[in-house]
Parts: sequence; C-alpha cells; structure tokens
Amino acid sequence: MTESTKGNRFAIQTFSLSRKFGDLVAVNSIDLSIREGELFSLLGPNGAGKTTAIKMLCCLLRPSSGTATIMGHDIQKDAIAVKKVIDISPQETAIAEHLNAWENLSLMGGIHGFAKEEVKKRSEELLEMIGLTKRAKEQVRKFSGGMKRRLSIAMALVSDPQVLFLDEPTLGLDPQSRRGIWEHIAELKGKKTILHTTHYLEEADALADRVAIIDEGKIVALGTPRELKDNISDMQVMVVKAKNLTPDAIEGLREIYPEVREVEDGVEIKAKEVNFSEVVDYLRPRGVVIESTSLKQVTLDDVFLHLTGKELRE
Amino acid sequence: MKFMELAIRNLKEMYRDLLSLGLTIVFPPALLLIFSPLARFGGIWAPTMLTPGIVLLGFAMITMSSAVILARDRESALLSRLLTAPLRANDFISAYSLPYIPVAIIQMGVVFAIGRLLGLEISGNAGLVFLVLFVMSLGFIGLGMLLGALFTEKQLGAMYTPVILLVVFGGAWVPLEVMGGVFQSIMNAFPFAHALDAARDIMVHGAGFSDIATDFYWVLGYTLVFFALGIFLFRRRMVE
Repeated sequence: MTESTKGNRFAIQTFSLSRKFGDLVAVNSIDLSIREGELFSLLGPNGAGKTTAIKMLCCLLRPSSGTATIMGHDIQKDAIAVKKVIDISPQETAIAEHLNAWENLSLMGGIHGFAKEEVKKRSEELLEMIGLTKRAKEQVRKFSGGMKRRLSIAMALVSDPQVLFLDEPTLGLDPQSRRGIWEHIAELKGKKTILHTTHYLEEADALADRVAIIDEGKIVALGTPRELKDNISDMQVMVVKAKNLTPDAIEGLREIYPEVREVEDGVEIKAKEVNFSEVVDYLRPRGVVIESTSLKQVTLDDVFLHLTGKELRE
Repeated sequence: MKFMELAIRNLKEMYRDLLSLGLTIVFPPALLLIFSPLARFGGIWAPTMLTPGIVLLGFAMITMSSAVILARDRESALLSRLLTAPLRANDFISAYSLPYIPVAIIQMGVVFAIGRLLGLEISGNAGLVFLVLFVMSLGFIGLGMLLGALFTEKQLGAMYTPVILLVVFGGAWVPLEVMGGVFQSIMNAFPFAHALDAARDIMVHGAGFSDIATDFYWVLGYTLVFFALGIFLFRRRMVE
C-alpha cells in the first residue's frame, strides 16, 4: 500500500497500468489518482481504451503490466476485496431481460450478500430515485432504452458501493433521456467515488470534477474542465458561417491556420490570433459567400482537437 | 449461498422464456404422445424403447436453453456485471449448472409417467435406470455450460441441429444397427448411444449394473469431461 492510500485519500490509483491485445496497446501506462468522493471522467473517442481501463479496475481483465488499487486493495492480489467495494454499470445495458425491475435489483443485492430486508429497502429507494416504482413488476424487456439505462445504474447502486464505475452511461440515448441520467449521476456527486467514461464532451463538462482526456490508450491531458479549457484560453475560436465552402478552400485555410474544423454550414478556426480580414480576403476570391463570423468560448471539444489533432465524434 | 440468487434467476430465465419452457418441458412429453400410434410397429417405437430416447432429447433441449442463457449473459455484459460481485468461480459455476438439475429430473419424471400410461415397463431396477439417465443429464448440463461459454447466442442457434442429430441418430429412434459400419462406430464414440443402451437393457432385459458397467462408465466419463471443460472455459471467461 502506498503512502497516499493509507489515509484513504485516494479511492483509485493506477500505476503505469497497461493492457495489450496482441500488438495493440489498448491502455498505455496510465497513472491516475482519484480522490474519495470525486466524480472523475475519462473522456475519449471509441476505441481510446476507456472500457479496457475500467474492466481492469473491476478485475475483469488482467493488466499486461502495471497495477492499480481501489480503496487500497490491489486489483491483482486482492480481487475479492476490490469487488466488495465496487460496482459497475457496464456500457451495454446488462440487465436480466426476463426479470422485472424489482427482481433485477434483488438479484444484485442478493449476490452481494445483503439481507433480504435491506435489499428490499434499498430497492424501494432506488426505484423511487429512477422513477420506476410504478413499473417495478414489469419484465424489463418491455422497457425503453432510457428506462433500461436508469435501471442499470440503479443495479450498480444496490450494493451501496464506495466506488462506482459508469461506463458510457448515456450511450445511444436521446438528449432528453441523457439529461435524465445526468441528473441521477449528479445526485450521487460527493456521496460516491465515481469513475465515469464518455465520449460526449458536454457530459464530462457538465458532470465531472476532473477529466482525463484519453486517446490511443494514453492520458493526454488531466484537470478540471475549467483548467483544461484555460490551458488553451489564449486561443481564439472563430466561427465562420458560409456558403459554397469547398474542400479546396478549407484546405487552403488550414495552410494559414492549422486547426480548422468543419462544422454545420461553415468552419471553426482556432489560433492564438485569428485575423478576420485575412480569413475574408482568402475566402471571398474563391467564391465563398460569408454569412457571419463570430468568436466563441473554448469547449472541451476544442481542447481535444488541440491535444490530439482529432475530433470526438458521436 | 450468495449464488442461490443467481441460480434462481437462471431458472426464472428458463421458465419465463416461452420458447425455452416449451422446448424443455412441453416438447419432450408431446413428442412421446405424437409417436405413440407407432407403438404398434414395436421395436424402437415401443414405449419402453422410445421413452429413454425422448428423455435424452429433452436433456438436449436443456443443454441448448442453458447455453443460450449463459451466452446471452456474456453478450449483454450482464455476466461482466455479475462477475464484479464478490463471488468465487465455483459460485458462478454452481449458479449456471445446479438449477437445471431439478428441471432434468422433472422432465424425466413427466416423460416416464406418460411412457408408463402408454405401456412402458421396467423389468430391471428402476433406480439404476434413474442413475444412468441422471448422470447423463449432468453431462448434458455440463455440455450446456461448455457451449454457452464458447459460442454466441446466434451461433448456438446453428448448434441445435448437430446436437439433436447426435441424439436422434445416436439410437434415440434410429437403431444404430440399422445405420451400421463407420456411422455406428462414430455414434458409439459419443455417450448418448451408451446411455440409451444401458437404460434399455435394464428396462427390457432386466440387466444389472455389471451388465451395463461399460456403458455407464462411458456416460460418466463424458459427463466428467463435459463438466471439466465447461468449468475450464467458464473460468477463462471470468478474467480475460
């Protein structure tokens, strides 16, 4: 046990945690220290290594090298002790389709060894929290995607875990359902240590105390959403809405400003200083009709693009 | 006994899935009734000969249904969720095998009861017939765990045919002697024909244990192999 975990200051610590699949390095030597009660987001595109990292922390995958501790317990040496303090809501819905909501919650409480009365009390509270009390006795295969997700998160809470892993909890949901899930997660802030993965920037921005941006298995940036955005606060983002914007014109712009991103009906140009007249003078002779230009606030999307040269796409 | 919650859930998953319930509990006795008019031809169609074959076919249905439950849990990540609970490997293996034992016993009881109504007779020791078929049912349950750990739900759909053909052509209602030659040798390399031979010898000829010992050990051996492989593959799936 390390000095820092002795006082339980950190709920999760990883030490050069890595995992290879053949030649592919899915998680490349990540070092993280997540404090108790913190809501920490791993933000990255599909295939960045988020789920692989979570699976190792949940003792479902063996690290190729390095290790991690959860509440001071080593994931490789003491898996059972780790499993007593964690729970997970996996990326897939992961519910028993032929059981009803109540039975799904009871199943999770039962396999964690909780007494029936306690499971009943917790299940009632959780069903109330996720707004499924009235439908508790229906088989869950009839539920909508959003309801299944809410139940999935509730199933991870029955055991009252100290550390909760939420792997892409809003993946594939419509915006309204997504916001509903955010509210549930926000309610847990400070009560549990939560490691949350997402490729939705606004989700990490809205929920996380701290964010680690992960790309190709490596942590490329770490900090609060504010800190990450402040790191590029000396940059300007100009939004140009235009018609007849050809690929050649965009490529030409990139020779002047390397970080040009295509958006709906236009482009976003990020640079230390974007010269308005330079942009206009370049585009107009090429037949581009500029409809509007504006400066916008830096987002985590801009941070990601700046750090990786890639865009996060939904 | 934390695994009991999961064992009960697996049982619920089987009997709440109408297809699964139909194939495991309704189909075998129904098949025996459908074939009952053929009893007048005697031979393999006589209730005493046919009933053990139908029992084995019912076990094969349990194999497929239990394999589908495990495969579905793997694919939906429910198993991943369950595996993060502080249970040991043996708890999971028990939960994915033990609940199907009572199903096999009930199925066997129902099929034998109907067989009896149709004229089935047991001239030997009924307990010995039960023992042979019970050990065979464990083999089928082990096979279910093995297939569920190896294949996806979609792939399992395609596995129904070979498993059922092995039982049907393993002597359930196509006598092996009729097929003869290499085919007979191949079928004899599997446990199903041995289980049927042993059960029929006891029921028809009143054979004792020493008469069926070879067949019994074939069945027992395969049961142990299926279970050992099932456990091995399941454990490998636990931490990858």
